[in-house]
Amino acid sequence: MSILHTVNKSPFERTSLDSCLKFAQPGAAVLLIEDGVYAALTGTSAEDQVKDALNRVKIYVLGPDLKARGFAEGRLINGISVVDYAGFVDLAAENAKVQAWL
Amino acid sequence: MADTIDVNGKQIAVDEEGYLANLNDWEPGVAEVMSKQDNIELTDEHWDIIKFLREYYEEYQIAPAVRVLTKAVGKKMGKDKGNSKYLYSLFPYGPAKQACRFAGLPKPTGCV
Amino acid sequence: MSEIVKKFLYLNRKAPYGTIYAWEALEVILIGAAFDQEVSVLFLDDGVYQLTKGQDTSGIGMKNFSPTFRTLGDYEVKNVYVDRDSLAARGLTQDDLVQIAWEDFDTEEEVENIVEVIDSARVRELMDASDVVFSF
Repeated sequence: MSILHTVNKSPFERTSLDSCLKFAQPGAAVLLIEDGVYAALTGTSAEDQVKDALNRVKIYVLGPDLKARGFAEGRLINGISVVDYAGFVDLAAENAKVQAWL
Repeated sequence: MADTIDVNGKQIAVDEEGYLANLNDWEPGVAEVMSKQDNIELTDEHWDIIKFLREYYEEYQIAPAVRVLTKAVGKKMGKDKGNSKYLYSLFPYGPAKQACRFAGLPKPTGCV
Repeated sequence: MSEIVKKFLYLNRKAPYGTIYAWEALEVILIGAAFDQEVSVLFLDDGVYQLTKGQDTSGIGMKNFSPTFRTLGDYEVKNVYVDRDSLAARGLTQDDLVQIAWEDFDTEEEVENIVEVIDSARVRELMDASDVVFSF
């Protein structure tokens, strides 16, 4: 069964995203929340790493956290999906377990 | 726990310093009741400042410190009102602290 | 008031909302403004995210303090700097940031936007020239 990984730290400040992407199994789901949402934006120094990961895992971003930080969906890397809180719950339910990268 | 004030029969919560516990509870009656407690008769001049503070908070999400209030009032209403003598004549307990309280705002940031 | 004016530098390196640092820093800056020192505010690393335009926190149940930065001019803070490399690493430009106006009440001198993007040499000079650095 698959795992839902959550990342809530900025990729520019912590290694949470690096480790998550390194250990996530192909086909896993990765949800970026809180300061983790900055990894979903285009033009950043983390963009190549995230694009590369999109070939192996599904990446989601929590809409309210993105909006709070002033970014529209148009700034997202292609292939990343936006979910709301209900979508977060659905992802948690669809996957066997949730692993948080703090 | 927190105290309340009676505004037209409605109990509204205030903190230990008398500021509204919830900003959204404000109505003109709040200023009426608080000013009566402070023995102040509200005039149009008082209401101008109260209204100004509410607009300032709406725009900047902050209750201005007294220096900033003075400056901003002067900019908007003229220098005869944008001075501390005028503002203290309306709000003797401190134009920022007292007027912010009447306006339902939190205690101003920068009041030490 | 002390007659000795010191150069204060507020160094902001944290993104807003994920931690309390950004809001605490802003409160300290506004309170500190009462002491009539020469204040500079620098946004570096993830701190540049504090100034992004269009922040809307209605969905996360937190106070949106982005509009409060626009009062820095009222608090007589005139030097607001953003590190150019930090913006570039995050795919941002000055167009993504809020503007902060400043006006001298006595002389009516106006500056439309005091937010200045500076390169690392200027950042280094700024740190060097400061008497006190407050880090957040």
